Amino acid sequence: MSHFYTDVDHFALLPAIILALFGCAIFLFDSLLEARSRRWQLCLILPGLAITGWQLWKQGQVGTFTAFHGALTIDPFSLFFNWLFLLTAVLVALISYRYLEIEKEHQGEYYGLVLMAQAGAYFLSTGTELITLFIGLETMSLSFYVLVGFLREKRRSNEAALKYLLLGAFSSGILAYGFSILYGIAGTTYLSDIAVAVAARPAFDPLTVIAILTISTGVLFKISAAPFHMWAPDTYEGAPTAVTAFLAVGSKIASLALLLRLFLGPLASAREAWEPLMVLAAVASLTVGNLAAVTQTSAKRLLAYSSIAHAGYLLLGLIAGNATGLQGIAIYTGAYVFMTIGAFLVLIAVHGDDIDDLNGFARRHPAYAIPMVVFLLSLAGLPPTAGFLGKYYIFLALIESGRYALALVGAVYVAVSLFYYFRLVRSMFLLPATLTVPPLPTSLGLRLALGATGLITLGAGIYPEPFLQLAARSLLK
Amino acid sequence: MSWLSSLILLPLLGVLVLPFLPASLIRWWANGILLAGLALAAPLWQHFDRAATGYQFVERLPWIPSLGAQYLLGLDGISLLLVLLTALLGPLASLASWNAIEDRTKEFYAMLLLLQAGMLGLFLAQDLLLFFVFFEVVLVPMYFLIGIWGAERRLYAAIKFFLYTLAGSVVLLLGIIGLYWLGTQQLPRPTFELAELLKLKLSLDAQRWLFWAFFAGFAIKVPMVPFHTWLPDAHTEAPTAGSVLLAGVLLKMGTYGLIRFSLPLFPEAAREAAPFLAVLSILAILYGALISLVQTDWKRLVAYSSVSHMGFCTLGIAALNANGLAGSVLQQINHGISTSLLFLLVGFAYERRHTRKIADYGGLAVVMPRFAFVFAVAVFSSAGLPLLNGFIGEFLILQGAFTANRAWAAFAVLGVVLGAAYLLWLYQRTMLGELRHEANRGLADLSVREWATVLPLLGLALAIGVYPKPYFAVLERPVLELVGRLAR
Repeated sequence: MSHFYTDVDHFALLPAIILALFGCAIFLFDSLLEARSRRWQLCLILPGLAITGWQLWKQGQVGTFTAFHGALTIDPFSLFFNWLFLLTAVLVALISYRYLEIEKEHQGEYYGLVLMAQAGAYFLSTGTELITLFIGLETMSLSFYVLVGFLREKRRSNEAALKYLLLGAFSSGILAYGFSILYGIAGTTYLSDIAVAVAARPAFDPLTVIAILTISTGVLFKISAAPFHMWAPDTYEGAPTAVTAFLAVGSKIASLALLLRLFLGPLASAREAWEPLMVLAAVASLTVGNLAAVTQTSAKRLLAYSSIAHAGYLLLGLIAGNATGLQGIAIYTGAYVFMTIGAFLVLIAVHGDDIDDLNGFARRHPAYAIPMVVFLLSLAGLPPTAGFLGKYYIFLALIESGRYALALVGAVYVAVSLFYYFRLVRSMFLLPATLTVPPLPTSLGLRLALGATGLITLGAGIYPEPFLQLAARSLLK
Repeated sequence: MSWLSSLILLPLLGVLVLPFLPASLIRWWANGILLAGLALAAPLWQHFDRAATGYQFVERLPWIPSLGAQYLLGLDGISLLLVLLTALLGPLASLASWNAIEDRTKEFYAMLLLLQAGMLGLFLAQDLLLFFVFFEVVLVPMYFLIGIWGAERRLYAAIKFFLYTLAGSVVLLLGIIGLYWLGTQQLPRPTFELAELLKLKLSLDAQRWLFWAFFAGFAIKVPMVPFHTWLPDAHTEAPTAGSVLLAGVLLKMGTYGLIRFSLPLFPEAAREAAPFLAVLSILAILYGALISLVQTDWKRLVAYSSVSHMGFCTLGIAALNANGLAGSVLQQINHGISTSLLFLLVGFAYERRHTRKIADYGGLAVVMPRFAFVFAVAVFSSAGLPLLNGFIGEFLILQGAFTANRAWAAFAVLGVVLGAAYLLWLYQRTMLGELRHEANRGLADLSVREWATVLPLLGLALAIGVYPKPYFAVLERPVLELVGRLAR
């Protein structure tokens, strides 16, 4: 290996290479497969993910190191997020194939794009250099633009994709502008050097403030936090449900990784300047997300608004800014992955987007309806579920840092959120079936994913210790 | 020995087996499990050491070591009485539903069993986080009990119940977190263990904040006026089993929380808040009684009477002296017995006539003399007639309130009078006089199963009324300990 591409560089890059290679392989082999036998693509995507997992495990054995002169950093932070991306991709692959068959859009590209999105996300959690981060973000976003519009015959899907593309490109532009200012401040694109340059200036230095404003706009858009959330309900509703799950989880936590890298890294010294912004965004997200969700008639839109509210809770963890807050973010994201995918996969099983489509669901399919109650309780943050622990740590962090009012706001919105989450429960359990619904498009993958997400959501709530240990190791550097 | 755990695990085990049972066995299985639970809990009464201080039958396992939360169960006299009440009301509520619930029986009994596990766990938990988990866990099965098997307005009542209680309990959670955080600063290691947290030295300011946070959670649960508006809806719309357990056990979670946590943890703030509590309690007593007087719905009347009677329980707590507190705990048990009896009987009448309107009854004593007799005992017990259980509790509470402040007692006595008025008037309108409706002529009297449901409660009502000493013997230690803490 040459001086420009050392073994260490290769080792740090390998998971992304594997993902990209398998993605390309899927694109290639797709032409060989009949429409009926597209499920065989699972034989490519799952091993691809398994090998990626093996590489991540090997990275975990080594400990923290940097590659490409500091453009990539393998640390517990990156590993934690990469493992979450991996699990997300596995679950999304499992819940997708039957869904796509029913929607008559079972194309191999789907799986390739999932892997490409994950390869992009890999750079968001691992990158510590502005251009690497930006390219990672664009790689991921481009894959998502296509995935959202994957149901080519459906107008809603196309509309969602276009909306997401236009607004997403706009926000990326603003983010790139912010990056350029950071470069202007520091004369380098490496985050560690930028941190030094930013720290040398006062917190309210005009250039830093402009950088903070533009970068916040870009990343808050990506995690769908208010006031940059407008795209989320339409996109979530129009996208294929399996993609909505992937978007709500994969895209959001990858962007969260970017946000944390930037605001806890180079911008950490300017906390005074960005904290009020984040408080505004968090409270706005909680308010908009929770209050708008109450009036929705579509279950997908309801979950979209609730995911805006979840972005608010995650921001509260960042605002608290202490070790507990970071641990809270880790636990919250971990729980979020499983409970959100779980909730969306039940919607796939219902095969309907409206809340009314859930009517009487529990009578016909208790095996799906009962886990759904667990997911919804967890999303609302009630014990004994994983979501409770996430909220618990966030509240604890806020109280530790003396932000009692924010803790109270967050807590009160738990009660509000229960109201709309339980509208779904009400439909499933308390109301009689209103329409003759097509048979459940069930599949082995869906059942596996349901079992896994359900067990983890409930198990982590009843016996959380192993999960807490895991989270404590990940974000605390 | 893991006696207390098995009390919680038994109903959970029952739930796990339930899905695999044929429809014909479900009732037998659920009732059997709940009865076995009662048989398992009853010997606690003998084995409980009345002279010992602190908690007994303690079980301690690490649960979330990184937070310091433990799986910590234990009993003192106060929780012993409430655990036994729960263990008794569970099977009775289930037995009362034998014929009433025909739709989705499997889910119904699963919810009852889950609820039973949650309720028992709540009174046994000596770790604050564990307590909170049980506090929330009971909401879900109760939501389904009201929402699926309730009366016409069940959907509204179910979510109203859930949201009200949750709104209070998230504030309680913040209080718990705040207390835990203060604990991490003073104690060698972070913990939720009540006995450890009692060692904290809290500033008056901290006590005030935490007291009111805890108060929000418990006051809504009791419910104290003005947080009571969920109660009439939930109690009226719930099926009989749900009403019995709501009134009999769930309301006590609030008063139990006040006695177990709020008073000993924040004694100075509690002393400060006591007059306010007393005023709210008196308001509840009078307001609940007056509203009961004008009810035309039998079940709603009983529901509002709970507001009034729980007002007595909180008044006893506000008195902050031994008589008031002991009376309050005993009155909680009494209310559990007498209100459960009333709800059971309303349920029996409803099963026969499918109406809750008082005007649709009248003269039932003619066709159902045994029913009328049991109802009379229930009414007298609820109204606090001497020689029945209600008298002892109310008397002690009034005595305690009198010692604390004479005006409180004066107003509360008015509540006793009003209580007798609305209950006796209810009796008169439903049982006495001539049979006004032809539909009531053929009503069957109590069946053997119905006798089996009410007899244990009748027996207890009489036993407590005639010879209450054993119950006070159990309560003496914890109450004196609490009074000692409050006086410091």
